[in-house]
Amino acid sequence: MWQALRNEYHPLGFELVTVGLDALGAEGCRAFIEAAQPQHPALIDQHHLLAELFGITNIPQSVWIDEQGMIVRPAETAPAPPGPPRARAIQPDTALPQRFMEIMGEAMKIPNQADAYHAALRDWVQHGKASRFALAPAAVIERSRPRNESIARGHAHFELATELERRGDHAAATRHFREAHRLVPDSWTFRRQAWSLEPGMAGPLARFWQGPDPNDPASWPYDGDWLTDIRQSGPEHYNDPFVP
Amino acid sequence: MILETLEIDRSTFEAGTGWKLKPEGACKGSVCIPLRPAPGERVSVNEVARQMGLPLVEEPAHGLWALGPESIGGRALTTAEAPDFTLPDLDGRPFHLASLRGQKVLLYAWAPY
Repeated sequence: MWQALRNEYHPLGFELVTVGLDALGAEGCRAFIEAAQPQHPALIDQHHLLAELFGITNIPQSVWIDEQGMIVRPAETAPAPPGPPRARAIQPDTALPQRFMEIMGEAMKIPNQADAYHAALRDWVQHGKASRFALAPAAVIERSRPRNESIARGHAHFELATELERRGDHAAATRHFREAHRLVPDSWTFRRQAWSLEPGMAGPLARFWQGPDPNDPASWPYDGDWLTDIRQSGPEHYNDPFVP
Repeated sequence: MILETLEIDRSTFEAGTGWKLKPEGACKGSVCIPLRPAPGERVSVNEVARQMGLPLVEEPAHGLWALGPESIGGRALTTAEAPDFTLPDLDGRPFHLASLRGQKVLLYAWAPY
């Protein structure tokens, strides 16, 4: 759906750049990118450079950049373009583990502001600087995520963790992921990335398991997991609301 | 940025951190942090990180360091000028964000998990 939107806006001087944040690099993202056959740049971000540079804390999030290279909207939730409801990928008679049913139940409670976000995007594409959704530099900085010394240190731990993962030292990577989680508690991406590198369950949904093995819960190396954390914070707080 | 040594070239530091080293100090957009002594062709990461308030985290068993971002402004963005990063595509070809100057860009972060 993003591809169709990009093709519609492209003649108006607009480009979409997708960036896959994954410590597994190109191999982690390949199947999704090849299936999408994008005509726009589709990049791989093994160390989550975008988190460090722009304050990305969850996915999907977007940053809007104008023709002069100025950010006009900092990182915010970027819902898929609104469209007809998609057919459920999972048939009711499919025997899914209980955990996935619960994950999908919580995910369905996450508010979706696609209409407001995409009305704003269309307005910016058509009107540029004159759009009320294009923010002035001071507002862009002010609206970007808070960052203090301890959050900055958490980013360094996270980058080190992804590099250690790349080098095959999962135990050392886990230590630094844990430290990143402690120092940057509001980053869902930092947690989801680390959880996705644990064994989970076999099959194509393995990386979405995001929690302990029910047969061996004691081996789970993290304090939280997707289901526990979203229930703790409430699915209504999973994304920041869209602020015009 | 990931480091295997703490003495690096100016260009490596600049590409890795997004901070340009000028006679007046380290600069990003219109923001400059004074450095003493004024930066030369080689950068002593420990010293520059201390003066700029950049965190340096070490993993001694691998001889690795990670140099983290600044936090001087209290926000993820120090300036509204988009940093000119370079990332690879699926085939490893580098792509420069600045190559899209003149177009509106929607930078979209996603993940396969």
